[in-house]
Amino acid sequence: MTESPNDWLAACRIEDAVENGGVCVKNGEDQIALFYFTRRNEWFATQNECPHRKQMALSRGMLGSLTDEPKIACPFHKKTFSLRTGECLNGDECAIKTYPVKVENGTVYIGTKANF
Amino acid sequence: MKNPKIIVIGNGMVGYKFCEKIKSKSPASHLIVFGEEPRRAYDRVHLSEYFNGKTAEDLSLSTENWYQENNIELFLNTRVTKIDRFDKTVSASNGLDYPYDILVFATGSGAFVPSIPGIEKEGVFVYRTLEDLDLIRDYAKTANTAAVIGGGLLGLEAAKALIDLGIKETSIVEFAPRLMPRQIDAAGSEMLKSKLGELRLKIHLNKNTTSIDGAEHITGLTFSDNTSIQIDMLVISAGIKPKDELAKACGIDIGARGGIIVDKNMQTNDPSIFAIGECALYEGMIYGLIAPGYEMAEVLASNLLDGKKAFTGFDMSTKLKLIGIDVASFGDNFITEPDCRTITFENKHKGIYKRINISNDGQYLLGGILIGDATAYNLLLQTSNNKMILSENPEDLILGNRDGNEGSSGAAITNLPDTALICSCEGVTKGDICSVVADGSCENIDDLKTCTKAGTGCGGCLPMVKDLMNDTLKSQGKYIRNVICEHFNYSRQELFDLIHIHELKSYDAVLDTLGKNDGCEVCKPLVSSLLASLWNEMILKKGNDVAQDSNDRFLANIQKGGSYSVVPRIPGGEITPEKLIVIGEVGKKYNLYTKITGGQRIDLFGAHLNDLPFIWEELIAAGFESGHAYGKGLRTVKSCVGSTWCRFGLHDSVSFAIRIEERYRGIRAPHKFKSAVSGCIRECAEAQSKDFGIIATEKGWNLYVCGNGGSKPQHAILLATDLDSDTCIKYIDRFLMFYIRTADPLTRTATWLNKMEGGIDYLRNVVVNDSLAMGVIWEQEMEKLISSYQCEWKEAVENPSIRRRFSHFVNAPEEKDPTIEFVEMRGQKRTTEWK
Ligand code: SRM
Ligand SMILES: Cc1cc2nc3c(=O)[nH]c(=O)nc-3n(C[C@H](O)[C@H](O)[C@H](O)COP(=O)(O)OP(=O)(O)OC[C@H]3O[C@@H](n4cnc5c(N)ncnc54)[C@H](O)[C@@H]3O)c2cc1C
Ligand code: SF4
Ligand code: FES
Repeated sequence: MTESPNDWLAACRIEDAVENGGVCVKNGEDQIALFYFTRRNEWFATQNECPHRKQMALSRGMLGSLTDEPKIACPFHKKTFSLRTGECLNGDECAIKTYPVKVENGTVYIGTKANF
Repeated sequence: MKNPKIIVIGNGMVGYKFCEKIKSKSPASHLIVFGEEPRRAYDRVHLSEYFNGKTAEDLSLSTENWYQENNIELFLNTRVTKIDRFDKTVSASNGLDYPYDILVFATGSGAFVPSIPGIEKEGVFVYRTLEDLDLIRDYAKTANTAAVIGGGLLGLEAAKALIDLGIKETSIVEFAPRLMPRQIDAAGSEMLKSKLGELRLKIHLNKNTTSIDGAEHITGLTFSDNTSIQIDMLVISAGIKPKDELAKACGIDIGARGGIIVDKNMQTNDPSIFAIGECALYEGMIYGLIAPGYEMAEVLASNLLDGKKAFTGFDMSTKLKLIGIDVASFGDNFITEPDCRTITFENKHKGIYKRINISNDGQYLLGGILIGDATAYNLLLQTSNNKMILSENPEDLILGNRDGNEGSSGAAITNLPDTALICSCEGVTKGDICSVVADGSCENIDDLKTCTKAGTGCGGCLPMVKDLMNDTLKSQGKYIRNVICEHFNYSRQELFDLIHIHELKSYDAVLDTLGKNDGCEVCKPLVSSLLASLWNEMILKKGNDVAQDSNDRFLANIQKGGSYSVVPRIPGGEITPEKLIVIGEVGKKYNLYTKITGGQRIDLFGAHLNDLPFIWEELIAAGFESGHAYGKGLRTVKSCVGSTWCRFGLHDSVSFAIRIEERYRGIRAPHKFKSAVSGCIRECAEAQSKDFGIIATEKGWNLYVCGNGGSKPQHAILLATDLDSDTCIKYIDRFLMFYIRTADPLTRTATWLNKMEGGIDYLRNVVVNDSLAMGVIWEQEMEKLISSYQCEWKEAVENPSIRRRFSHFVNAPEEKDPTIEFVEMRGQKRTTEWK
């Protein structure tokens, strides 16, 4: 994760995030899914929309891992995506955008310029 | 000859298999291969999957470097144009000549194209190579109607592909009076025809095409009876024509109707020249299937390397892989009386037709035809190929067993001899499979595939390979474990016991104690369901909320678009006018679509996540509770009106249904379960289609179990008769606990019973006769679950930390998801279509 110039959005307090789960963050017209992977002590952020059927749902998905790759499973049809790269792990869907996350003084920030 | 130079003409399926066999037997062999197609050999049998998303690379039979790694010289895009038998050289389209010691024709065949006037028009295609499919796909974009000439195996497959490509209307034109004339009889053809009609395929039989109409591109077909049809494109699938021109030109013997003549060693009239696959003619026959082609490759490869194998003809049994409709034929499918005894079974309603031909002495199965349901294909094929002695009731082979006991038809896999050929594509026998399982080298199907190659061809034998594997494991006393996923090396049942023994109460604790890494979407809901079944605690506590499937996590079913449904419990379907009014008012207030469900209650659809707690607050205040429409647990107990009103009613079915629904509400199980109570044998509550169903008798209640609607309906089976209410409930307690403890994940009771050794007799023994002596324990466990019941929604609404999770934006909790859209329909709302 780089600290290069980015527009940091103050998303929520740590205690508002869901442990080992996701919340949805409003960013203007956009929706970002923010995941607090407590088990791995890592934060991830991705687009909230699942590319499969264009559902605003990834923040309500289930976290997990495939060997060591952290992933999120969409609640609709369980397509899974890598939280690191956004790549679809079932091969057939297009990748999702991921965003950098940082935590300062108990506040969680999302860099709203996506990593590609 | 030491290490002869072998040249193979043709890099198709059989040519490739030949190379593989030669190289595995003798890696140093000298091989040169010419293929005129631009790609390495690919799986032509599964060609149609190219239209369903498989790429050319997916279909490829080898990896990119396979030829190089094995020291095979491969020339793609290169045709052999001439053979000089005197000098023993071939000339290729790259302008060079290559010497050979052994020459192998594996040139396959091309589509047979009849000489109909107009055949050269644009929009007319054949269906053989990937390039053909590319052309078809491009042209189909502009076409609305299409036809296939040829109603055989390949024609039907091509027609299905055209439908899948989005062609609105597709016809099949067949010259013969029936479909698949080589495989099935007239009655079978009729059944198939009506089934294909459901796929929106038009069938024209007895049609001889006399011209292909249109100026530059095709616009229609005219037939000899002067009728015609209008179409935008045409696929010809009228048979195959062996590619034998090259052989013919150099003086090799060719059959009268084409094909390179070979003997049982695959040798032509030139001792240095051989032919295998679809170009070879053996005893007057071209084998247009992959299994005999592979067998020819095996025979030739082992003969060239001093083995002694002979080709002795091959069984032409086939199973059509048209998605959705089973069609199979095996053995002597057309033999008729008086040369045999024929038994047929027909169910027009379900579109099933089965025919078996039995030897006159009733001892052997000679062949048969299966339409609409070919699940028995593998077993029947084996029974006939291995000349297994039939039981007294050979009709059981197609009717299935009617008394519920297994194995009386004599057609069980255990009875097959070790020599039984299970995978005919790869020539793998029962003995081959059982021995690698028995010696421990393979314990799962993937290992088996790698180690024996069984099931890697057409894949049709896989169910049988699996059964053989499980059978062998079982006979060794090995316990067959279905481990859950990479995070838990246990089966569901093992995990159930372990969680119980360790008294684990949260997903994280289970993962820490029994699993590894971070878990996933497979083990999380499974473990959550076990925790719920064992302890019946509020499912959203102890951090378990994030380990639940989305529907359980938000206590509502997620709908298309991201809204949720609300289903309050209405036990037995009985509801007061006051409560109906509350539902109506809540529906109006939150703008919900309302519908009476198939389970005798009311569903309110289209709720925003943020509104769910408010909606439930109002419902709970009016005395409703969660209907668990989202969970794997008790759904509804339907009832008929029963003796309180009905003139035929024997007992009060509504009261009993309510008692049962309130008893088992909230209990989590491997899958959802449903029940119903009918007041008499007229069965208005449809109890015999439920996981457990109860019907009133003069003397008490009859209890039926393991019924199921859904995609594979199955009637419930009578477990016990004339029970008093308390005994009935005691049996249900035991039945449910037995199910909860032992069923695989997402297995309904019907499927659970189908897999149970000993079937209903065993189950009855356990539940009624208490043969496992578990009765009391299960009744106590059930009592514990029942006493810890609480309405999940009540808890969720009242507990602020749970309640605040029901909002869409963490940084704007009041705002609803703005992307959810509805449209109007018949005065209510509905979701918009998938984007
Ligand atoms: C609402 C309802 C349809 C209706 O409008 O009538 C319905 C709706 C759904 N059914 Fe059903 N089923 C409904 C009655 C049935 C029935 C009829 C019955 O219960 O008498 C059946 C066949 C009987 C049976 O189950 O044996 C039925 C067989 C299924 C199946 C197939 C189950 C199987 O074992 O094959 C599924 C899929 C599953 O559960 O995995 C399913 C799944 C679903 C799901 C949960 C699909 C989903 O995951 O979104 C639907 C949820 C709708 C929602 O959001 O509330 N539904 N479903 C019915 C609700 C009844 C109720 O009051 O709870
Ligand atoms: C759509 C479709 C579905 C099928 N489904 C099934 C099924 O379900 N079950 C089943 O058993 N069978 C099925 N088949 C048949 C099966 O694919 C064939 O039996 C098998 O491919 C025959 O293999 P082959 O190597 O003999 O011929 P091919 O696979 O046709 O290979 C011959 C190759 O030789 C090349 N060639 C020819 N002449 C020359 C030359 N002069 N120089 C260089 N190269 C040359 C050709 O271009 C071709 O690539 C299906 C076929 C098709 C088209
Ligand atoms: S039958 Fe299918 S579409 Fe209809 S409610 Fe049930 S699951 Fe949904
Ligand atoms: S919408 Fe996400 S998997 Fe289908």
